[in-house]
Amino acid sequence: MALAIVLMALVAAAVLFHFLSPWWLTPLASNWGQIDTTLMITLAITGAFFIAINLFVAYCLIRFRQRDGHRAAHDPENKKLEGWLTGLTAVGIVAMLAPGLFVYAAYIDPPADSLVFEAVGQQWQWRFRFPGRDGRLGVTDSRFVSAENPLGLAPNDPHGQDDVLILNSEVHLPVGKPIKVLLRSQDVLHDFYVPPFRARMNLVPGMVTHFWFTPTRTGRFEILCAQLCGVGHFNMRGYVVVEEPAAFQAWLGRQSTFSHAEVKTAAPNAPAGTDLAAQGKLLAQSRGCVACHSDDGSARVGPSWKGLYGKTETLADGSTVLVDPAYLAESIRTPNAKIVHGYPAIMPPFSLSDPELAALIAYMRTLSDKTVAQAGTP
Amino acid sequence: MAYSSAEQHHEPHSFWTRYVWSQDHKVIAVQYTLTAIAVGLVALVLSNLMRLQLGFPGRFAFIDANHYYQYVTLHGMIMVVYLLTALFLGGFGNYLIPLMVGARDMVFPLLNMLSYWVYLLAVLVLMASFFVPGGPTGAGWTLYPPQSILPGTPGSDWGIILMLVSLLIFIVAATMGGLNYVITVLQARTRGMTLMRMPLTVWGIFVATIMALLAFPSLFVSGVMLLFDKTLGTSFFMPAIVSMGQALSYKGGSPILFQHLFWFFGHPEVYIVALPAFGIVSDLISTHSRKKIFGYHMMVWAIVAIGALSFVVWAHHMFVSGMNPYFGFFFATTTLIIAVPTAIKVYNWVLTLWNSSIHLSVPMLFAIGFISTFLIGGLTGLFLGNVSVDIPLSNTYFVVAHFHMVMGVSPILVIFGGIYHWFPKVTGRLMNDTLGKLHFWVTFLGTYAIYFPMHYLGILGMPRRYYAYDNYAFIPASAQQLNAFITVAALIVGVTQLVFLYNLVHSTFRGRPAGSNPWRATTLEWQTPDTPPGHGNWGAEQPEVHRWAYDYSVPGMAQDFVPQNSAVAGGGDDHDQKAAGRKKT
Repeated sequence: MALAIVLMALVAAAVLFHFLSPWWLTPLASNWGQIDTTLMITLAITGAFFIAINLFVAYCLIRFRQRDGHRAAHDPENKKLEGWLTGLTAVGIVAMLAPGLFVYAAYIDPPADSLVFEAVGQQWQWRFRFPGRDGRLGVTDSRFVSAENPLGLAPNDPHGQDDVLILNSEVHLPVGKPIKVLLRSQDVLHDFYVPPFRARMNLVPGMVTHFWFTPTRTGRFEILCAQLCGVGHFNMRGYVVVEEPAAFQAWLGRQSTFSHAEVKTAAPNAPAGTDLAAQGKLLAQSRGCVACHSDDGSARVGPSWKGLYGKTETLADGSTVLVDPAYLAESIRTPNAKIVHGYPAIMPPFSLSDPELAALIAYMRTLSDKTVAQAGTP
Repeated sequence: MAYSSAEQHHEPHSFWTRYVWSQDHKVIAVQYTLTAIAVGLVALVLSNLMRLQLGFPGRFAFIDANHYYQYVTLHGMIMVVYLLTALFLGGFGNYLIPLMVGARDMVFPLLNMLSYWVYLLAVLVLMASFFVPGGPTGAGWTLYPPQSILPGTPGSDWGIILMLVSLLIFIVAATMGGLNYVITVLQARTRGMTLMRMPLTVWGIFVATIMALLAFPSLFVSGVMLLFDKTLGTSFFMPAIVSMGQALSYKGGSPILFQHLFWFFGHPEVYIVALPAFGIVSDLISTHSRKKIFGYHMMVWAIVAIGALSFVVWAHHMFVSGMNPYFGFFFATTTLIIAVPTAIKVYNWVLTLWNSSIHLSVPMLFAIGFISTFLIGGLTGLFLGNVSVDIPLSNTYFVVAHFHMVMGVSPILVIFGGIYHWFPKVTGRLMNDTLGKLHFWVTFLGTYAIYFPMHYLGILGMPRRYYAYDNYAFIPASAQQLNAFITVAALIVGVTQLVFLYNLVHSTFRGRPAGSNPWRATTLEWQTPDTPPGHGNWGAEQPEVHRWAYDYSVPGMAQDFVPQNSAVAGGGDDHDQKAAGRKKT
C-alpha cells in the first residue's frame, strides 16, 4: 500500500517538477526550432507512458495486494491484448521517429549559400578561420603547425594567403544567414557545442567534420567543449558573437590574414584605455590560459597564478627560480625550458607580442601580493 | 544429451578445496559475488567523491581536476564491467544456471574455477593502477583515443596500460565463464527441462552470455590495438597529431574506428547487463505475485529479439561523432525498433500484476522499484536514440541521468532483489526484513531524487564530465543548488548501502532459518534435497521436470504453486494444456 501511494506521489512530483523546473532549454537562438519540436513530441509521448504505467502498477498494488482467501487468477494467454499493445507501441514509436528523421535529413543538408567558417580545437582553446576574398579556405596539414602558424596552413597554397585567422577564442557571425561550420582538431576529440543553437558536432583529429545552423538572434553565446578532451576539458571556453551583417563585415575586415607577417592576437573586447591588468585578464581567457592555470589557488594542470608572481618555485631538477617577469616570459614562449616540480611538461609554446606579454604579466602581478626587486615590464 | 553424474564429482573435504580452490559452481558464484560487491564499494566511494566536487566545488581540496577525472573513469568502468557484468553472469549465472536447469554443476568445473581467479586477477590489476605513478587513467570509461594515451589526460602513462591489460584479462575470464554457461544450458539440462520450460532468469543469462561471447572480442581487439598505439607507436587510432605543441609520429589512424569497435561491444554490453536483470525480475514478479508470468513465450522471444537487435544499434552512441551522417537514419531506426520488444517486456511485467496476489516481500519491493526506474531509463532512451533529439542532448547530464537509470539503478535494484530472494537458498537463512525495507526505501527514493532532476540539467545543456561549471553564463546559479541537493541524496544512498552489507553479514550467521522453499517457488533450485544445496546439488538422483516454471495459483490445486519436478496432472503453459486436452479427446 505504501509503495502504491509512493508511486502515485512520484508521478505527481515528476509532473509538478516538470512544470515548475527553472532548468529547461536555453532560449533558442538558431533555426533549429524543429529539434525542439521533436523533443516536445517525444516528451509528450514518453510522459504519457510514464504516467500510465506507473499508475497502473500503483492500482494493481492496491487492488491485488495479498489478502486472506484471495488467490491470483489463472488466465489463459491473451494474444489479442499482446497484439494491441505491440501495435500501440509501434504507433508511438513511428510518431516519434518519423518527424525525427525528417529533421535529421535537413540537419545533414547545409544550404548551398551557407557562409563557411572553420573552428579549430586544441587542448584547451578555440581558434577560427574564414575564407578570404577568393571564398576558399587554404589547405592545412598538421606538419605545418608551429607557434607562428598555429592553424597549420600550407605556406604555398594561394587560397590560404587571404584566409582570415582569428587566433583568440571569440568569433563573430552574422545573424540570419545559414552558417556551415567546418571543424578540425589538432590533438584529441573535442565538440563544438553552443546550447542555444542546439546544433553541434565533434571535432576529430585527422578529418574535417561539419554541421550547419542559422543564427536567429544577436548576442554573445558561450562555446563549450562537450567531448572529454583531457584535464582542461571543462575550461575550454569560446564565444560566438552574433551581430547584424554590417557589424560582422566590419569586424571581419579588422582581422588579419594569413599572409600578414605579423599575427595580431589582441584580446577581444578590450576597449582602448582599459588598464593593462584587465587586458591581461581578457587575454588569459581568450588564449585558453585559464584552462590550466587558476586565479584562485586551486590546482589544475599547471601552477595556479594566485601568489605565483614573486614566489620562489622549485623546478623538476631540484633547483629554484624566482618568478619574475623574465622567468614568466620564458615560461610562456618556451614552456619546457624550466619545468616546475610536480607538473607535467605539457604546455605548448605561445607566441605573444611584447605588449600582450606585458599585459599578461601585469595581470599575474595583481594576483599576488609579492613584489620582485627587479620588477618592471620586460 | 549428456548428464553429469554424481560419481564424476569428488566431494572436496579440506577448507582450501571447498571454499578457495573450489570447482563447485555455488562457491564460485559466491566468490564472484563477493569480489564484485567489494569492487563495487570502491566504485560507490568514487561516485560519492565525484558528487562532493560537483555539489560543493572546491570545498574538498584533495579532489583536483586530475583526481576528478580518474574517479569518473574508474567509477564507470568498475560499475559496467567489473561489477554488473561479473555479478550477473559470474554471480547469478554461476549459482542459478545449474540449479535451475537441474544440472549437478557447470559442464567444465575447472574452467569455471579458472574463470573466477582470472577475474580476480583483472580486478587486482585494475586496483593496482591506483598505486602507479600518475595514478589510474582519467580518460572516461569509454577510453576514446587520442586523448586516452596522450599527455593532458591523467594516467596516460601507466594508468591506461593497466586499464587495458585488466580489460583484456577480464575478457579472458568472461570467455571461460561464458562458454561454460552456454554449454551447460544447451547440454546439461535435466530430463524434461526443454528450452521453453526454462525460467526466464536462465533465458536472460543464457542470451546475455551468448552476446558477451560475441561482443567482448570487439573490445578485446580494440584494447590490443590501443595498447599497441600506446606502447609500440602503431597508428590504428592515431592520425597525425600536434599535442601540446609537439608533433607526434603517429600518422593515418582513425579515432572513429575505435568508437565503432568500442560501441560494437558497448551497446550489446548494455543488454548483457539488462537481459539477466529482465529475466530475474520476471521470476521475482511471478513468484511474489503468485501468478504465472504474462506471455512467457513472448517474453522469451523478446529476450532473443533484443539480444539480436542490440548488435545493430551501436552507432547511436556516435550520432555527433563525425561518422558518415547517413548512418544516423539507420541507427536511429534500429534503435527505436528495439523499443518494441523492450516495451512488451514492461507490459508483461505489469500485466502479470493484474489479478494477482501481490506479496510485498523485500525482493518484490525491489522488483516493483525496478519497473519504475527502468521505465524512466527506457523512455529517455527514446530521446537519445532518435537522432535529431539526441543532437542537443548528447554528452549532457541528460545522458548521465538516462544511462544511470537504465543500466545503473535498474539492474542494481534487480541485483538487490535477487540477493534478498536467493540468499535463503545460498545460506539457509532469511535476510532481515526490516533492514531490507529500509535499504529499499532509501535506495529507491534516493535514486529518484538523484536522477530525475538531473535530466533537466541536461536539457538545460550542462555538459557531462566537467570538473567545474564556474562562470558559464547560461547556467543559472540555481543549478548549483540542485547539484548540491543531488550530492546530498547520493551520499545518503551511498551510506545506506552499509545497511545492506550489515544485513548480508549479520543474516549469514544470525538470520532466521529459511527452510528449503521460503517463497513457495516452483523453480528447481528451491526443490533441492538440502538447503544450502550439497555438492552435486541433487543427492542421489537428478530431478525430472514435468512442467514449465510458472504454475502458480493453478485452479483445483491445494497449494498455490506446483514445483517444476512435480508429476501431478494439470497446470502447464498453454502448449502443455492444449497437448493434454488433445490426449483426452
